[in-house]
Formats: sequence, C-alpha cells, structure tokens
Amino acid sequence: MVQNNTWLNALTHLILILGIVFVAFPVYIAIIASTRGSFDFLQGLVPLLPGTEAIENYSRILNAGVSTSGAPPLGLMMTNSLVMALSIALGKIFISILSAFAIVYFRFPFRTLAFWMIFITLMLPVEVRIMPTFKVVADLGLLNSYAGLTIPLIASATATFLFRQFFLTVPEELMEAARIDGAGPMKFFRDILLPLSRTNIAALFVILFIYGWNQYLWPLLVTTDSSYYTVVMGIKRMADVADSEPQWNLVMAAVVLAMLPPIVVVIGMQKLFVKGLVESEK
Amino acid sequence: MQTKRAIFPNKFLPYALLAPQLAITFVFFFWPAAQAVKQSFYKEDPFGLSSRFVGLANYTKLFQEPDYLNSIGRTAVFAISTTGLALILALIFAVAVDRLIRSRNAYTTLLLWPYAVAPAVAGILWWFMFNPTVGILPYMLDVVGYDWNHRLNQTDAMILIVLAASWKQISYNFIFFLAGLQAIPKSLKEAAAIDGAGPVKSFFTIILPLLSPTSFFLLVVNIVSALFDTFAIIDATTAGGPAQGTNVLVYKVYQDGFIGLNLGSSAAQSVILMAVVILLTVIQFRYIERRVQY
Repeated sequence: MVQNNTWLNALTHLILILGIVFVAFPVYIAIIASTRGSFDFLQGLVPLLPGTEAIENYSRILNAGVSTSGAPPLGLMMTNSLVMALSIALGKIFISILSAFAIVYFRFPFRTLAFWMIFITLMLPVEVRIMPTFKVVADLGLLNSYAGLTIPLIASATATFLFRQFFLTVPEELMEAARIDGAGPMKFFRDILLPLSRTNIAALFVILFIYGWNQYLWPLLVTTDSSYYTVVMGIKRMADVADSEPQWNLVMAAVVLAMLPPIVVVIGMQKLFVKGLVESEK
Repeated sequence: MQTKRAIFPNKFLPYALLAPQLAITFVFFFWPAAQAVKQSFYKEDPFGLSSRFVGLANYTKLFQEPDYLNSIGRTAVFAISTTGLALILALIFAVAVDRLIRSRNAYTTLLLWPYAVAPAVAGILWWFMFNPTVGILPYMLDVVGYDWNHRLNQTDAMILIVLAASWKQISYNFIFFLAGLQAIPKSLKEAAAIDGAGPVKSFFTIILPLLSPTSFFLLVVNIVSALFDTFAIIDATTAGGPAQGTNVLVYKVYQDGFIGLNLGSSAAQSVILMAVVILLTVIQFRYIERRVQY
C-alpha cells in the first residue's frame, strides 16, 4: 500500500481480529459444549471452558446416536451425506461437461433453446418448486432411496455455464489441429478438452461437494426411513425434542462433526475453491 | 450466442450429449414447474380426491390474505437487513485484508470457512447461543437489562435469523470483494495518493466505484440467497414463528403445502416466487454477458 500509516495498520488488524472473533465464536461455543457432560447445562448457562467428556460424547453420538429423538447413529448419517455429496458433485460435473461441449462445439437446430432451457434453472432452488417436485419423485417411486436423494438435485446450470465459459477460451487452433489430424469429436473431447479442464473440474468439485453435503430440505422430505437420513437434517431431529431441552452436549458434538468434512475440504483446497467460486459466477 | 469458428459437423451427437442434462431438467424442473402452474388454477381438497378449476382465484385470494401480505413484509425486512449487514461487513473485511501483505492469506483462511457450514447448522449454532435457558447471549443481554426471548418476541426472532444468515453469507461476499479489490490496478491508488488523497477519499472516489460491478453482482446473489437459502435456517430455528413473525415467502410455500395442505395456494405462491427468480436471473445474465464481451 502506498500510505504507511501506523494507526491505520493497527485499526486494520483490530477490525480483522474482531471479524474473526465474530465468525468463530459460535463454533467455539459449540466445540466447548460438545466436551461437557449433560449436567453442566442445568445451571442455566453455557460453560466457556472445555470439559472432560469429549471422547465419551463423540463416540456415543457416532456409534449410538440420540435414542430419544429417533435419530440413527451419526456414523450412518455421515456415510449417507458422503454418498449424497459425492453423487451430486460427480453427477453434475458429468452431465454438464457433456452438455457444455455440445453447446460450444456443435451447431445444430434448437441450440439456443437448449442453452436457455438449461440456463433458466440457474438460480431456481428446489425450495421454490418443492411440492410438485416431491410429487414427481414420489410417483417415480424414488422416496427413501439414494436415487431420489441425488438425481433431482443434479440438474442445475451452474456447472454447465462454467464449462461453457471455459470452453470458449480454449484456443480454436487446438480443435482445428485435432480435426486435421483426423480426430473425431469424442476423441478430441477425451484427449484434449478433458485434460485441459482438470483444474476447473477440481474447483467445481469443491463447490458442488459442499452444496450436496449441506442439503437440508430435500433429504427432509424424501426420507422417512431413518437409514437414509443425512447428517444436516438429522441434527434438526435431535435438537427438536418435545417438552424438554435437547441434550445439548450431544447435539453440539453432532454439529461439530457435520461441519467438519466441508470445512476441511474448503480449507484444504482453498486456492481451488476460491478460483471455482469466483469463476463459476463470472 | 457465441460458439467456435470451427465446429464438428455431426448431426446427432450433440443431442446425445445434451440428453442426460435435458432429461433431468425436464423431469425434475419443467414438468414440476408446469404442474405448479396448472395446480395454481385449481382448488383441490386436502385428500386429493377432487379438484375444480377456479381461474385466478388462488392468486387474488393470496393478495387479500393478511398472512401473505405479512409474509411479504417479513421477507423484505429480512432480505434487506441480511443483505445490508452481510455486504457491508464483508466489504470492510475485504478492504482491511487487501491492505495487508504478509498476513493476507492467514486472515483470508480464517474468514472464508463459514461458507462450508450448512445454513441449517448455522441456524442451530445461533439458536444455541441465543437459547433463553442456556444461551450465553441472553445472559449477557440480561446484565444490561434486556429480556431476550425469540420464542415470544417477533423482533428477537427476526434478529436471530438475520444474524445467522449474515454470518453464513459474509464469507461468500468477502471472497468476491477481495477478488474485485485485487483486480484494481495499483497505479490508480498510487496516482490518487500522489495527488494527496487520503485513504478515506481514495476509498470513496476510486475503490468503491471500481467495485460497483462486483457489488451489483453480489447484491443480486444475496437477495436470491436471502429469499431461498433462508429456508433451512428458519426451519431449524424459529419455524416461521412466533405468530408468523419470521414466516418468509419460501417458508410459507412449504408450510401451506406440506403442513396446511392448501395445495392450490401453495402452488400459486410457488409460481410467484419462480417468476421473481427468473426475473432476477435475466437481470444477472444481461450483466454477465456485458462483462464478458465488454
């Protein structure tokens, strides 16, 4: 920076530290609560220092779950979430890279119409058309299945749009050279376009994985069989007990475990994640 | 629309490539959307045994219903406060991080991870902190003489969901503002400094105007997210209460449809929301195309 103002620098750090405290405080409280015994909450105030029952709470929630609220062990729900997040991420990438390839590298009747049909779904979340979509899935007999959990969420335009934008920047010469050398479209796609898209695919994967893991309403509706519960919706069932306070230490242990995989993915792949996020919205 | 100069000549291949996405889009998007439009013109009894055509009655009734008008108001309050809070805080953090060099990456990491937290989980975190019996914040508010209870007080409940939603949204806005700030040429800031502009003046006359594309983009995205992603936060915390105090539009679609079983009205609300989103999408797209092609 041009100006080197000591006061301004101090203020900058102060603002950022306050910001981090604001951002981290709820999670700190959750972690503390997850290490406490259930009696620690009876005095009427959340403790601010860690307790000693962390291992007990976490192993109980992972292996047994909270019996009073009918939620299955967290281990099972986390596996379901993982299956759902991976299928949604990979499924979206697969169908959208193919359709972006078709839209950019071919000219055919109804091309613009096809593009708009996909694009119009860009910002239309499942919450808005929830009743009729639920009915379609029910009629197809997909309730309580992994297919019902994932396939309806695979259709979305974000990934298609990102790949389209990226393909438009790929030099024309590559495609001309490939054609002169006698490569057909699928060979060009497999041997040239796919390797070039590697970074984009990885960046998109981070975002879509988080999207899939964090789904809430859809799993809430299509699963009534508790063996298909996902972790984000399952927590709500644990926290929602009638006529009494929930077992906060266990609920918060579940919250911490539910946050962990996506946070690890975001921090571990920070560069790719930022790139994917900023570029997919360009 | 843009395409390549040289293209592959195949006639059927492109349709085969598009088929999976179009099939899923059709079955799980266009078909349900058409059903919603159709349903919104009918009145059905809750058991699905009979339905009759009522024209626009579902729509006209909606706008006479005090609950729906209340819901529009609540949605506006929620969307404006969340968007405002999340944008302003994120901009402050981004400007602060952009001033630093050595500690930039550390601060960025520490500020961006809430993006990964599910909205429902964010709701539960704040709900726990504000819990009237065990929460820490009501205890602190009690010391200064405020009796917090989001189960009874509508304003408290609204503050709770606004905080949870903004907390979640800040990291997203922060990433985009930071990317926007880093794209501003250093020479402009230096020129301003040489001409004697202080940090405040150069922020308002140089940085803020150059950030306006990013800000506009984020404004639309934040409004969309405040309108729809809120569902999970509300369902996990206030469930629209107390007394309709946080029953925003997207939650009401669900409540009237799945819990109230008023299918015609729920469908009409869906159609209105879809129209709003499509309008916002078109606005956003015009802006995207302009920026890509200059």
